[in-house]
Amino acid sequence: MANNTVPAKVKERVNWPITILLIVGLITIIFPLYMAVVIALKDPSEMTNDIAGILSLPSTWSLDNFIEAIQVTDFFNSFMNSLIITVAAVVISVLVHSLAAYAIGRNMDKKKLFKASYYFIVAGMYVPFAILMMPLVKQTAILHLDNMVGVMVLYVVFYMPMNMMLYTGYLRNIPTALEEAARVDGASTWTTYWKVIFPLMKPMHATVAVITGLAVWNDVMTPLVIMGGSGVNTLPLAQMNFQTAFATNYNLAFASYLLAMLPMIIFYIVAQKQIIGGVTNGAVK
Amino acid sequence: MASIAASKAGSDRNRTFLAILIPVLVLFIAFNTIPLLTGFFYSFTDSKGYGAFEIVGLQNYIDLFQDARVGNSYLFTFKISVVSTILVNVISLTLAIGLSSKIKFKSALRGIYFVPRILGGLVVGYVFSYFFTYIVPALTGTTSMLASKEWAWVAIVVVLVWQACAQTTIIYITGLSSVPEDVYEAGALDGATGWDKFRYLTFPLIMPSITTNMVLVMKDMLMTFDQIVAMTSGGPAQSTESISYLIYQNGLNNSQFGFQCANAVIFFIVIAVISIAQTKFLNSKEEQL
Repeated sequence: MANNTVPAKVKERVNWPITILLIVGLITIIFPLYMAVVIALKDPSEMTNDIAGILSLPSTWSLDNFIEAIQVTDFFNSFMNSLIITVAAVVISVLVHSLAAYAIGRNMDKKKLFKASYYFIVAGMYVPFAILMMPLVKQTAILHLDNMVGVMVLYVVFYMPMNMMLYTGYLRNIPTALEEAARVDGASTWTTYWKVIFPLMKPMHATVAVITGLAVWNDVMTPLVIMGGSGVNTLPLAQMNFQTAFATNYNLAFASYLLAMLPMIIFYIVAQKQIIGGVTNGAVK
Repeated sequence: MASIAASKAGSDRNRTFLAILIPVLVLFIAFNTIPLLTGFFYSFTDSKGYGAFEIVGLQNYIDLFQDARVGNSYLFTFKISVVSTILVNVISLTLAIGLSSKIKFKSALRGIYFVPRILGGLVVGYVFSYFFTYIVPALTGTTSMLASKEWAWVAIVVVLVWQACAQTTIIYITGLSSVPEDVYEAGALDGATGWDKFRYLTFPLIMPSITTNMVLVMKDMLMTFDQIVAMTSGGPAQSTESISYLIYQNGLNNSQFGFQCANAVIFFIVIAVISIAQTKFLNSKEEQL
């Protein structure tokens, strides 16, 4: 009985001043998005040069700008390309990086080759894309990889250092006893990995998928230098091309910005917990 | 017999591990190490990116240190990186303390403050570009910051900070949640309140989060690219050219392939040295506490 009453007494009251400050602070996040939405919904004739004209709600709600933006930016094609590249890069990263981390993580304490490989790959984190970019433009052209396949391959390589570090760190907490038991039962190393270890690393797969996916989906530089000008666009590339051609029609431009943000916002609404968790784990580990 | 079987299984195991390691290493070397070495090689040439070229030794490096445009891009990049890193960490830590206190709508607030992290830098840059070109001048009666050599960098910093705070805040929230409640209870007995409580109790205990955030944010800021493309294209008068942007622009589009490879080599060294030094320095702070 006594125990039940204590928490009620200790329970702090809601800190309203901080709550209100934080709600007011949301303006900084919401204002740019609000601005994007109202401009995108307006007809160009409604845009006047004063702020009230720009920021007031549209007098008639119209999706015309969106329909036009979808056509002008070839939205569905760019969207599909971004989706294919992102899904492929994420799936391959999860499969290959976790497997590589298993081979390296389980041997690096005993064997020099594996230990050296670990540091060799992880050191790649310090290599900025700017230095790889120029040689890669030549190299991918020679190998006929100046296309979506090339971009996917590059992502799998670029995110290998970070994912390798995340996976090997996580593997340290998985006892080897489980694998040894499987081995005694006659399972091969390969089978043991996919049947026992891979499923155990599920929380880390989620983390790797989230950070690799976010980075790939929003990346501009890699597709720009590798497949820019090829006519095949990702969503950010389509935005860039659109910007140079139609930048003065702001209503149309904002409709296209919103279209580009929308898939990620929807995904965030659906998987908010996993996304925040993934980003946090990826940074803290 | 048993030992032979065991060693056979062991060698099978080793073979599997090598069969995994080698293709992965080949892939990594092919698309990371080889371009890195190629870039290093081209930095000693006068290559335009096409056609014939000659070895020019260290000439590119000598020119690099006398090139005003390159110098300006380093100054600009360091300026926005340092200012943004400090602002992001101060704002995020403040926000994180607010979001960790006893508030209403906690998860909704955390969720909305995180939104900038999921959006692409390019599109966010376009939206803010409009904001600085039309909304801010209309409010203040001034000309656009983005057209001003003195102020354009501030607009870039605003966008960088707006986006980077989201992730940094979440990491601080995680850091703050790991501070055990009894530390505060003990502190309260000693009369620690307000600033003292933060300075002597919270601050030392979240030092690992500070290290993480400082290094992560600084590294991202040094590589700024998307926002420059979206907002200024390096202008006005080349006043907002980040290092990455200059390498991209002149190395790939303006025939300075060899010269910008040399620039990229220096940039690589700068990134590596800063990241490693920062980690070492902040880690040593952690140990002292």
